[in-house]
Amino acid sequence: MNFYHYASPSTFYHLAGKVIPWAAWTAAILTVVGLYIGFFVAPTDFQQGEAYRIIFIHVPAAWMGMLIYLAMAFWGAIGLAFNARLPFLMMRALVPTGAMFTFVALWTGAAWGKPMWGAWWVWDARLTSTLILLFLYIGTVALWSAIDDVKRSDRAGALLTLIGVINVPIIYFSVIWWNTLHQGSTVSFTHAPKMATTMLQGMMIMTLAAWAYAIAVALVRVRRLILERERKTEWVNEILSEGS
Amino acid sequence: MGHFFWSVLLRDLTLAGRRRSDWLIAVFFFVMVSSLFPLGVGPEPELLKRIGPGVLWVAATLASLLSLSRLFEDDHRDGSLEQMVLSPASTVQLVLGKAAAHWLVYGIPLLLIAPVLGIQFNLPSDAIVVLVVSLLMGTPILSLLGAAGAALTLGLRGGVLLTLLILPLYIPALIFGAGAVDGVMAGTGAEAHLSLLGAFLLVSLLVAPWIAAASLRVSLE
Repeated sequence: MNFYHYASPSTFYHLAGKVIPWAAWTAAILTVVGLYIGFFVAPTDFQQGEAYRIIFIHVPAAWMGMLIYLAMAFWGAIGLAFNARLPFLMMRALVPTGAMFTFVALWTGAAWGKPMWGAWWVWDARLTSTLILLFLYIGTVALWSAIDDVKRSDRAGALLTLIGVINVPIIYFSVIWWNTLHQGSTVSFTHAPKMATTMLQGMMIMTLAAWAYAIAVALVRVRRLILERERKTEWVNEILSEGS
Repeated sequence: MGHFFWSVLLRDLTLAGRRRSDWLIAVFFFVMVSSLFPLGVGPEPELLKRIGPGVLWVAATLASLLSLSRLFEDDHRDGSLEQMVLSPASTVQLVLGKAAAHWLVYGIPLLLIAPVLGIQFNLPSDAIVVLVVSLLMGTPILSLLGAAGAALTLGLRGGVLLTLLILPLYIPALIFGAGAVDGVMAGTGAEAHLSLLGAFLLVSLLVAPWIAAASLRVSLE
C-alpha cells in the first residue's frame, strides 16, 4: 500500500469521508459507556465524595489538549519537510479541537477546584501550564488570521508550532519548578490516593472517546478546508455540483 | 563566526547609534513600568522587596518587545532585507547578527540601569548582583526568541501580534531569572536557577536562529 497515494487532497477527501462515520460512532458509543461507568458504576470517592466524577471529563480533555498540540507540530513538521499542502490543512483542522479541549480542561478544573480547594483558580503547576498551552493555541490562530497569503500563513503557523513544541517541555518543567519553590504545601496531586479500577477504566474509555471525537471532527474540518482550497479544481466542482 | 555576522552586527549598531531615541525608549519604558508598581501596590519596603525581582524581570521582558517588532521591519521596507536573504551568505548568520545587535542595544542599557531599580525596590546588594547576572544571561534569550517572532510577523504591522506569540515562550526565562534573585534572598542560592537559565540560553541559541531564518524565507516569499 502506498501512503503517498493519500497525500493528494482528492484521494484523502474520499478516505476521510469513509473514516468519519466510524470515528463519530466510536466516539458516541464510547462516550455513553464511559459516562455510564463514570456516573453509575464507579464508586464514590471516600475523600472527595461525588465531586471527583468530573475527572472523567477533565483528565481526558487535559490529555487531548496536550496531545493535539503535539499532533499539530507533527503535521507542521511533515508539511515543511515534504513541502506538501495536506499536512498544513490537518494542522488547521486540529487547532480548534485542541483549543476547545484545553479550555474544557481549565473550565472543569475550575469547577472541580471550587468544592475541593475552596478556590476557582490556584496557581498550581498543571493549571498554569495548561493556561500557557491555551495561550500557545491562541497565538497560532492569531498568526494564521493575520496573514492573508495562504502559503505563507501555513508555513508560519507550522514554524511557530515547532518553536512552541520545543518550548512546551521547558515551560512545563519551569512551571513545576516555580510552583514547588513558591507554593509549598497548599495543593499536591502527586500523592493522590490510588484510584479504583473502575474509575481508571471509565477514564480510559472517556479518553478513547475523546480521541475518536477529535479524529472525527478534525476530518470533517479538513474536508471543508480541502474543498475551500481546491475550489478551482475540476474534481471539487464535480463534487459540489453533485451535492447541490 | 562568519564575516557576515560581524558586518550585520556592526551595520545594525551603526544604525542604532544614529537613532538614539530607539534604545532610550526601551530603557525609559523599563524604568517607568518598574516605577508604576510601587504606586500600584504601596510603598512598604518588605512588600517591594518581595515582588521586586519579578517586577523587574517582567518589565525587562516587556521592554524587549518594544524594539523587536522593528527588528526586520525597516530593512524589509527599503528592500535590503530581501537582498541579504537572497545573497549567498547564510540567513542564520543574518538572524544571529540582528539578534546580537538587538541585545547590545536594548539589553546592555537595561543591565546598567537595573541595579538602580533594584535599590529602589529595596533589594539587598547580593540580590542585585544576581539580578544583573540573571539579566545578562536571560535577555539574550529574549532577543533570540524575539527574532524568531519578528521574522514570523514580518510586514504584518502587528507589534501586538508579536507580543501574543512570544510572551508565552518567554515564561521559562522569566521564571528562572526572577527565581534566581528570589533564591538568593531566600537563602537557597541562585546556582540552580542560573544553570537552568544558561541551559535555556543554549537551547534558544541552537534552535531560534534556524527557525527565524526559515521564517524569514517564508515571510519574504
